[in-house]
Parts: sequence; C-alpha cells; structure tokens
Amino acid sequence: MFSAEEVPQTLPQVDADHIEIDDAVDLPHRVIPAIEFRDVHLAFDDKVVLDGVSFTVRRGETKVILGRSGGGKSTIIRLILGLLKPDSGTILIDDEDITENGESEMMHVRQKIGMVFQEGALFDSLSVYENVAYRLREQHVEEEEIEQEVRRMLQFVALEDAIDKMPDELSGGMRRRVGIARALIGDPQILLFDEPTAGLDPPTARTICELAIKLRDLQDVSSIFVTHEMNNVKYLSSEYAVVDGNGEVSFEKEGEKLCLINTEVIMLRDGQIIFSGTDERLNNSPDPYIKRFVHGK
Amino acid sequence: MNPLTKFLFELQEISLLLWSVISGLFRRPRYLDEMIRQMDLIGVGSLPIILLTGFFTGGVLVLQTYPTLQFYGAQSESGRSVAVSLIRELGPVLSALMVSGRIGSAISAELGSMVVSQQIDAMRALGTDPLKKLVAPRVIALFFMLPLLTVASDIFGIIGGGTVAAYVYEQDQHVFINSVRDGITANDIIGGVIKPLFFGVVIGGISCHKGLSTTGGTVGVGVSTINAVVLSSIWVIIFDFFLAKAIQTVLGVGL
Repeated sequence: MFSAEEVPQTLPQVDADHIEIDDAVDLPHRVIPAIEFRDVHLAFDDKVVLDGVSFTVRRGETKVILGRSGGGKSTIIRLILGLLKPDSGTILIDDEDITENGESEMMHVRQKIGMVFQEGALFDSLSVYENVAYRLREQHVEEEEIEQEVRRMLQFVALEDAIDKMPDELSGGMRRRVGIARALIGDPQILLFDEPTAGLDPPTARTICELAIKLRDLQDVSSIFVTHEMNNVKYLSSEYAVVDGNGEVSFEKEGEKLCLINTEVIMLRDGQIIFSGTDERLNNSPDPYIKRFVHGK
Repeated sequence: MNPLTKFLFELQEISLLLWSVISGLFRRPRYLDEMIRQMDLIGVGSLPIILLTGFFTGGVLVLQTYPTLQFYGAQSESGRSVAVSLIRELGPVLSALMVSGRIGSAISAELGSMVVSQQIDAMRALGTDPLKKLVAPRVIALFFMLPLLTVASDIFGIIGGGTVAAYVYEQDQHVFINSVRDGITANDIIGGVIKPLFFGVVIGGISCHKGLSTTGGTVGVGVSTINAVVLSSIWVIIFDFFLAKAIQTVLGVGL
C-alpha cells in the first residue's frame, strides 16, 4: 500500500485547547453510497416490474445486475436517470433523494451520471465528433477544449480515426464504443451500462468489458452493469486493470495478487432481488433458478 | 380506455406539451438556431408545393365559377369571388393540409424514430430537454411560417385565377385586378392570417405529441405518422369552421 517514504514521520501538531469541531460532521466521501434504492416498487398498468427492490452501490463499486430479458434491469437504470418515476420507495444518488425530482431538478444529477445505451443510441444526424461533444456543446464550452476532450475520449475507446464518420458508417461494436466515449465526457463518477455487449461478437464484448474494468480500477468510477451474459460477469468479477511504468494497461486475474471486492452481483427475478453477493457465491448457489441461469442447465 | 377517455387524455397531453413550449420560451436555454433551421425547412422547404397548390386552386376556381357568373352577367366579379374564397377559406385550409401532410408526417416520423432508437432518452440523459430542443423549434416555426405560406398561396392563387380568366375566358386583366382589389377588405386578410396561426400550432402540437409518444418499434413509427397526419388534417378542418364563425362574429367579416 504505502511505501516507507510516504508514511508521515511525525504527527501534525495539535493544540489541545483550541480544537474546533463542526456541528455537522461531514461523512467521508467514500462512506456515502453512490446509488441507493430503498424498497422501490413500479408497475406498468397491470404488470409489476419492480416489487420492493433495495440495494446499494458503494463508491468505486461495480454492481452487475443479472436477470432474464424484460425482467426489470433496464427499468432500474431508467429510474436512476429519472426517466421514470417509481410508484413507491426512495432512490438516492450521492445521498440526495431524487425520487420526487422534476425534469429540471434532475439535470444537475444527470451531470454526474454517464449512460451507455443498449444499441449506443447515437444521434444519427450528427457525426461521431458531434455525438461525443454533445454534452459540452450544450454547456457552451470553448471549441478547442471540446476538441481536446473528444479526442481524449475517443482515444480511450480506441476510435480516434472514426472522429468524422457518421453513425451509420460504423459497425455495432464501434457505435457502442462511441456511446461509451459520449457517456464519459464530463468525467461522470457514476456510469450505467445497459446491456452494452448485446449482439456483439465475443472479442468485441471483451473490449467493452475491458473498458469498464479500466474505468472501475483506474478511475474509481461507481457503476451498474446490466447484462445477461455470464462471460461479462466472469471478466468483471475476476479481472482487474493495472498500469505499468510505460502507461500501458494490462489485465490480470484475481487470485494471483489479490481478490476483487469491488464487484458484486445482483440477480433479479419477477421484480425482486433473489441474489446479492459475490460471483463465487453465485456460481455455488444451490437455487435451481440461479443454477440454470449461470450454467445454462 | 373508452374513446372519450382516450380523447380527453390525448387532449391533456397535447395541451401540456404546448404549454411547456410556451413557458419554456421564458427560460434559458432557447434554441434560436434550431428554430431558424426549422423555419427554413418548414417555410422555405414547403414553398414550392404551396405555390403550386395555390396557383392551380385559384385557376380551377375561376375555371369553374366563371361560366356561372357569366350566366348571371356578373363575370366582372370573378376576381373578387376568387380572392375572397382563397383568402378566407381555401388558402388557409389547403395550405394547412399540405403542410400537415408534408411537415406533420416528417415531424412525427423523425421524433418517433428517435424515440424507438432511444435517442430521446439519450438526449435527456445528457442533460438536454427534448421539449425545448426538438418540439419548441418546430411548433414556433410552424406558428410563424404557416401564415406566410398561406399569404404566398393566396397571392399565387389570385395569379392563377387571373391567368385562367385572361387566357381561357379572355377577360381583361384590369377588370380582374380591380375586382380583386374591391372585393378584399382588411378584415378578410386579418381573418385569413389568424387561421394559419392556429393551424400551425395544431399541426405542430399533434405531430410532436404523436412522435414523442411512439411505442412499438418501427411499426409504431408508421402508426404514429399516419395518426399525426390524419388527426392534424381533421382538426384543421374542424377548427376552420369554428374559427370562421368566431372571425365572422368578432370582425364582422362575411356579413
């Protein structure tokens, strides 16, 4: 953790007669959960989508949400963004209750959140550059700064050459990666991935997972990763990113040097959470439904 | 939901949409450049079909009514009859129907496609209000452009009528022009411009609402577009009746 030189050799001098303590003690940044759901219920007409869902995403944690298609996973993401409102329950982001927030009140919350949509959801009348620059344009940022940020993000997703292309010229995987670049603008501390690898070939899906791992480990982002592919769960819960002296990123498996504790799994079934915990427990669960989901039989 | 409930619900949604457009104009951001771009697309873009419609409508009016007027010896009034019919009724309504078909379908298809491909959600997630960025520019553009298009249509209609009168019925063009000038009053013109203001808002409100409430994938986009055009057209015609009556009462036109 610390090298010998970094540990302070002397303690700071404290004058015991003049210590000031604030009335309101600020909790350390890491203790406040990034996202918190408390007993959230939501139904569309007669169909119950979420039935008393409660969970917490700690800061720097990646929560993988598993479940059958149409099981309420995307709904959770839409609730976090305020695109939907729950019928009952509370949703907190950075300790702020956003359950009753109107559209304009959600704007400042959405500044902290980056969303990667299932099909990328790029604006098809805008080029890749304009898509990624979207948020900065709305904030009337200077053109040079916009270009710098856009290039930085496209480099992160390895798509700088596509900068002037239109979305319909890109493959599905490239569109997904541009969507990630667009979501990362503004360095949001919370990321939401909605089935980001759906329909992609395994190597491309792996690339998307590597991006998520980089963001988690190198930039301390808190995120929710909705998926139904067990490969993604395996990558996210058992690999971590390291940077060597040259700035090259590589991915190592846990167990060699350390065990990952910043990624956990939630499984949804019929609007309820039936599992919450580490991937090891998931793989060893005796529940037949979970076994069928994880192992396919 | 029974039809009446559905109708009231739709009416509520469209009213809320239009209200948010108006109230949104008082707060930043205002997308002025988007509004101007839409005015160009809607106004300048529709000009060719509007002028054609107007010209041939005016022409066919004279074609059909001249013989009847001639029967009563009133053919010198041909200019007045065409001008009044166009300015009060045919200009506003036909222009609105043309725009409803061209622009109404374009708006609902464009917004509907954005909904089904999650672009509207993405817009909201990135901190932009779609009502301000997409709906308001289109409704405002229709509000300003439709009266201008209507006037252009009226003018070309009178020209068309005059052309038919001159070349088919060999009427002296001065007779025609004088008759036009005598026949129109300022109130006719005011009434003929007020109607398109309402029609523009109706077309914009209905098309944007139908587009943004699209469900069901690409099939849904087609359904929304059909509904947008049909409903806009029907409501233009219904509003036309009530507006005509209101204008008659308030301005004393047509009495």
